[in-house]
Amino acid sequence: MTIGQGIPRRDGYAKVTGSLQYVDDLQPEGCLHGATVRSPVAHARILGIHRDPGFDWEGITVLTADDIPGENVVYLMTRDQPALAKGVVRHVEEPVALVAAPSRTRALEAVKHVRLELEELEPLLDMEKAESSPIRIFGEDNLFKTIEIVRGDVDAQQGGRLIEGVYRTGHHEQLYIEPQGMMAIPRPDGGLCITGSMQCPYYIIKGIGSFLGPRFEEPGSIQVVQAATGGGFGGKEEYPSMLAAHCALLALKTQRPVKIVYARDEDLRATTKRHPSRTRIRTRVTEEGRILSMEVDFLVDGGAYNTLTPVVLSRGVLHSTGPYRSEAVRIIGKAVATHSPPNGAFRGFGAPQAQWASERHMDRIARELNLDPLELRRRNLFEEGDLTATGQRLVQPGAKTVLEAALQASSDLEDVRRPEHPGSGGDSARRSRGRGVSLVFHGCGFTGNGEARLKGKLAMAVEQGRVRIYTGSTELGQGTDTIFPQIAAEELGIEVDLVDIAPHDTKQVPDSGPTVASRTAMVVGGVCQKAARALREAVQAHLGTKGAFQHLLGDPRIEGLRVESQYVDDGRLQWDDQTYQGDAYPTYGWSCSVVDLTVDLDTGEVLYERFISATDVGKALNPVLASGQIEGGSLQALGWATSEEVVLNEQGGMRNDRITNYIIPTSLDAPEMHTVLVEIPYEGGPFGAKGIGEIPMDGPAAAVAQAIENATGAVLDTLPMTPERVLDAISEGRLL
Amino acid sequence: MKIDFELNGRACSREVPGMTRLLDLLREEIGATGAKEGCGEGECGACTVLLEGTPVCSCLVPSVQVIGRKVRTVEGLETSTGLHRIQEAFVEHGAAQCGICTPGFLMMAASMCESKEPVSAESVRESLAGNLCRCTGYQKIVEAVVEVVVDATH
Repeated sequence: MTIGQGIPRRDGYAKVTGSLQYVDDLQPEGCLHGATVRSPVAHARILGIHRDPGFDWEGITVLTADDIPGENVVYLMTRDQPALAKGVVRHVEEPVALVAAPSRTRALEAVKHVRLELEELEPLLDMEKAESSPIRIFGEDNLFKTIEIVRGDVDAQQGGRLIEGVYRTGHHEQLYIEPQGMMAIPRPDGGLCITGSMQCPYYIIKGIGSFLGPRFEEPGSIQVVQAATGGGFGGKEEYPSMLAAHCALLALKTQRPVKIVYARDEDLRATTKRHPSRTRIRTRVTEEGRILSMEVDFLVDGGAYNTLTPVVLSRGVLHSTGPYRSEAVRIIGKAVATHSPPNGAFRGFGAPQAQWASERHMDRIARELNLDPLELRRRNLFEEGDLTATGQRLVQPGAKTVLEAALQASSDLEDVRRPEHPGSGGDSARRSRGRGVSLVFHGCGFTGNGEARLKGKLAMAVEQGRVRIYTGSTELGQGTDTIFPQIAAEELGIEVDLVDIAPHDTKQVPDSGPTVASRTAMVVGGVCQKAARALREAVQAHLGTKGAFQHLLGDPRIEGLRVESQYVDDGRLQWDDQTYQGDAYPTYGWSCSVVDLTVDLDTGEVLYERFISATDVGKALNPVLASGQIEGGSLQALGWATSEEVVLNEQGGMRNDRITNYIIPTSLDAPEMHTVLVEIPYEGGPFGAKGIGEIPMDGPAAAVAQAIENATGAVLDTLPMTPERVLDAISEGRLL
Repeated sequence: MKIDFELNGRACSREVPGMTRLLDLLREEIGATGAKEGCGEGECGACTVLLEGTPVCSCLVPSVQVIGRKVRTVEGLETSTGLHRIQEAFVEHGAAQCGICTPGFLMMAASMCESKEPVSAESVRESLAGNLCRCTGYQKIVEAVVEVVVDATH
């Protein structure tokens, strides 16, 4: 038995000895260092790109869009984003030129001596004005995507009370501790090897093939190898393709290995963030607090290029009711273009913004009807057979189970006040304590037909008396390389130490689909289990026996036997991408957050004391890794709640581009965490497992807001709830 | 400038400009890449090494300051008898996820183990506050460090 055991992670030894190699640890002979010349303004015509004649350009290569051999596009969903701006720049920090030099210092110096001659144009930076603005960035109306979901007749609902609120969230930075980095190495056969920090090796092949020209659209011409990756959280889903394009172009021109590793400030200013959002919710509710109808208007700022924005919007609208039923629902979601650096994937992918709004709105309803917020949730939460906004009939929804489990866990804990922080004002400070609770759900895996279209693959082989897994699903710290061997070993009835996992190298591994969307354990893990079954059958057939796999593994006759499995749609999910009706997700995870905190009434500062969560994980394949995901995701959410504010300059760029002033929580800011893993098995997942990577991001911020409200009476509907905003809200409360 | 110092118990000598960051001396000149760069301004702690037993951010230390002194990095924690107990505790508790901050945390924790000052469970969070982790929420790191350090100093 290895499933359900918190076995140590596979790469643990390499990580604690410092021997694991991240991209910046790789220093091949003759490697050049690349750097990027970026636009200082949001919107401009490019009149010229000039090299300073006074600078020593010896040994330095400078490339612009004119040097691109293929199509000037980094491809993901659409062909709108250039690798290097040509003619016009559409956001601040947009790459315009590249340099390569023998040292990083020289490369950075050279960047300063490339002068951009720009004619500034008026930028469009306000997402709420994008649709009506005469300035056109994308299509006719600056809309990347509009989604409408209608179920029942909202207007036919009568009686009760209409309650309306508007909720906002700002940008949110992934802040993986390893900045983005990539390296391209020319191969003797004319191909390229790309290695670096990434979530999705196959995205890079798709993203830069046509950019490098027809030769690189041939299979095998680009090999992508994931280096050890120091955190991703969505931030290394699509942006690495941009870096790969830049490294590849420099490497092809110089015929040398080229490495680009961003400094922290560049990474903060230039790479994708969580989409800012504005959500308007109007509900009709009976005096007893039963929701009759919900109308949601969800708006997100995609930035200057499409990237993954339509998918983020989709996940946002699909979670915008929260885990609550309603007789009638009308949701309109819009993603707009602005002259801002493109926003992209970040853990939760639209759902955290949407459920920040839905949970704050539940608190508003409770406030207006003078009901207990918990009781209001209990009266409306999804139960067996309820319909979601898309008409999906829910099977074994865990809303009530996780709510009661989290409350039970909190009441079981002693009420211990956390010791004072040093420098926190001591006994003289005026403080108030509060508790907040939130409830969320999260669709596991891709939306609708996504998995059926993608058909993720995984291969498994017998090699030297051991089993080896080949998968494009990457290890980001979340534990792929540990749980896949656990799944295979369990299925095959062998010791987990007999199962290896191959490097995530596209030359060796099939495309398992991207490592995103809480899909790796549940969906690709399911394919892994299937491959293990197929391998057992193949081995038994080869040897003409029905014997147990553990006794057959050592047989030399099966050496090299290999099987490949892929996701197959069982036809049970019905989804209509046009009407947005049907089964939006194969299953859902459920989570309840309880936060105890103290508000300093003089400074508005929030001190987290304790955080309790109960999360339905289906089956905890490895409870240590599973709780690690939940604790880490929850703290990112607590940071988003109170301290992580992206301050924008007049060009829409990030002003606080340092870890010194973009404040993520430290060990001292983090609360004690108590994590309850609830297991409501999902029959489609390996051993019942559901996806858990993202759900911890969805609920904590709303729990914090409710706790602040309980502590002080201050109502906050905008994230982050910085001390300034908390103080303002407290003083508004006093005036009322 | 000639930089003679002791790295993980061995004499080491390199010719670099005196203001070269200790982090670059270690990573680029010596190839000891265990210390990581997360911010380059002493904020994240990923580059933490021990200088004469004291944790320092190696991105803020000019190489000239280590002449004739002892530097210890994550590569020096494991000995012929096996992993340092703080390394074992990190593996057992799941305190490392992506691993990029891990060397810095380990060096900070190792200095706490070797300190003569008694360390309490409460003070562990304060001592680790100069090292940032984005994966774990610190819960398992704190548990691992408390287990080893409080035990070692009591």
